[in-house]
Amino acid sequence: MKQVDLEYARGPDGTLRVALGGDWKLARGLPAPKGVIEEIEKSPPPRRVIFETGVLAGWDSGLLTFLLSVLSRCAQLSVEVDRLGLPEGVRSLLALATAVPASAGRRSSKPEPVLARVGDAAIAWWIGFCDTLAFIGEAFLSLPRLFTGKARFRRSDFTLAVQDCGARSLPIVALINLLVGLILAFVGAIELRRFGAQIYVADLVGIGMLRDIAPIMTGIIVTGRTGASFAAELGAMEANQEIDALRTLGIPPMDFLVLPRLLALCLMMPLLCLYADLLGIAGGLVVAGSMLDISPMQYLLETKRAVHLNDLFLGLFMSAVFGVLVAVTGCMRGIRSGRSASAVGEATTSAVVTGIVSIVVATAIITAISYVLGI
Amino acid sequence: MSSVFEKRSNGIDGPPSKIKVSDLTMAYGDSVVMHNLNFTVHERDIFIIMGGSGSGKSTLLRHLVGLQEPAQGTISYQGTSAGFWEMPPSERERLLRRFGVLYQGGALWSSMTLAENVSLPLQEYAAVDAEEISALASLKLALVGLSGFEDYYPSEISGGMTKRAGLARALALDPDILFFDEPSAGLDPISSRRLDDLIRDLRDSLRTTIVVVTHELASIFAIGNNSVFLDAQSKTMIASGNPKQLLAESKDPRVLAFLTRGEEASRG
Repeated sequence: MKQVDLEYARGPDGTLRVALGGDWKLARGLPAPKGVIEEIEKSPPPRRVIFETGVLAGWDSGLLTFLLSVLSRCAQLSVEVDRLGLPEGVRSLLALATAVPASAGRRSSKPEPVLARVGDAAIAWWIGFCDTLAFIGEAFLSLPRLFTGKARFRRSDFTLAVQDCGARSLPIVALINLLVGLILAFVGAIELRRFGAQIYVADLVGIGMLRDIAPIMTGIIVTGRTGASFAAELGAMEANQEIDALRTLGIPPMDFLVLPRLLALCLMMPLLCLYADLLGIAGGLVVAGSMLDISPMQYLLETKRAVHLNDLFLGLFMSAVFGVLVAVTGCMRGIRSGRSASAVGEATTSAVVTGIVSIVVATAIITAISYVLGI
Repeated sequence: MSSVFEKRSNGIDGPPSKIKVSDLTMAYGDSVVMHNLNFTVHERDIFIIMGGSGSGKSTLLRHLVGLQEPAQGTISYQGTSAGFWEMPPSERERLLRRFGVLYQGGALWSSMTLAENVSLPLQEYAAVDAEEISALASLKLALVGLSGFEDYYPSEISGGMTKRAGLARALALDPDILFFDEPSAGLDPISSRRLDDLIRDLRDSLRTTIVVVTHELASIFAIGNNSVFLDAQSKTMIASGNPKQLLAESKDPRVLAFLTRGEEASRG
């Protein structure tokens, strides 16, 4: 294997002769340009620099980076360079690399001061908040169009959304709520058995599931499943300029994309919640039957006595509200997403986080109001 | 310029800068896209793959860069012992490192800066230190006229710059064969002309073999010295050779119609 050779020496006339030989390839481990640069910097500077490459066997980008650092130092010190000794390919590549002057737009890598970052974050938060309000406003404005039949969207989009957030969510909703019913009954059973009040497990599970737990669990599942998919789908559409294409046709994306999803979730969430209620109660029934020796009939009769229609309707109302929240946050994050792959990822994460937070906040508000109203 | 990674390419003798396609059939499942393709890309060619929309140009490119396995036939590269898909995976991987590909939209990784985009292949495969990698990344960006844009993200630059940055990434490993998928699509005439000049300069100074998929006539005549013409209807190649010669000598009305933007056909 040929070695990489580098020699440099000053002639009597002040010319620095740089001789390059051997196989100048990165894989061979190339010498750093430091030595040559130091020689150039020595006072007095060389009158000019010439290259000799008669015994150069091969080269790749490594030679170019070496030469570029030498040349740029020469340019800074106004030392004349004679490139004629370099191979033709190297000369033309160097010409290419230096043809366009470096852009002055290089950003400083220094981090901004803390105060500026806090300020930027606060402004970004405020803009985001206003944007959210604007989006909700737009969504509300499209509702009258929906009820007067003027909203433009495709029925097939609506049915697809119904199928996706309804029927396809059933298995996961069933599994989670059955298990939550089981857990709730199990925790209740251990405590209530100590007082001989195990029959009240039915009350605990029935009221708990119907009023709060089933809607919340279903809401969170749907946020992770459907809300995230809305955000990713609309985000990809935004990145692909599909939403711009709708706008230029005069079709409001709010009507065409958001309304069918909003409507579908609003209709499906109460149904999913009803299904979750039944499975939660079934979970409780299993624990009551296996751990507490309560017969299914006893359990159901106690549930019937304890649970009122109010509880059911409150839960169903909450789930409809969650449907609106999940659809709005999912669609909003998607439509407001940036146009890159990472922006779509951020939109999806943000949709799930916002969705879950808004579900919990909405639950707190509705629970407080229902307490005041005595529901 | 031969590859930086020669040391690791023990199974391959010399730079594989020539492609031989024999009896190639390309298909998606049961549907055949093209059949009976036979052509050779010679060393230091700027080889044009041309044809109308939907004729399978990009599919052919996917086959040439090893992204898709042929339904039938072989693609072999100079210096390899067998066809691409007949080689063991490790040898295929070594061969792939000698290719540089510029995708239609640039295909830059959006979460990385331009310098990071160019550095990634170097970090993965080149046995050089971080300082050298950073110098190499700056060099490649300078070669495509993007000096000073190292710290920019792909979303912050224009379409033409994205394409050039994609080219800088394709050049990262000093490839033996460079593939371009529609390099001038979406560029203004001046940028497109500059890219053509750049392709020619790179061929001349890097001694690279270049394969270009395009249907831009200006580019085809400006840079191409060899070509293959794919026809969607007959699902095979109907001409090959120097595009200028094809224009002067071809008798096939489909080739002439394409190369004269339909003027020949309308006259006929």
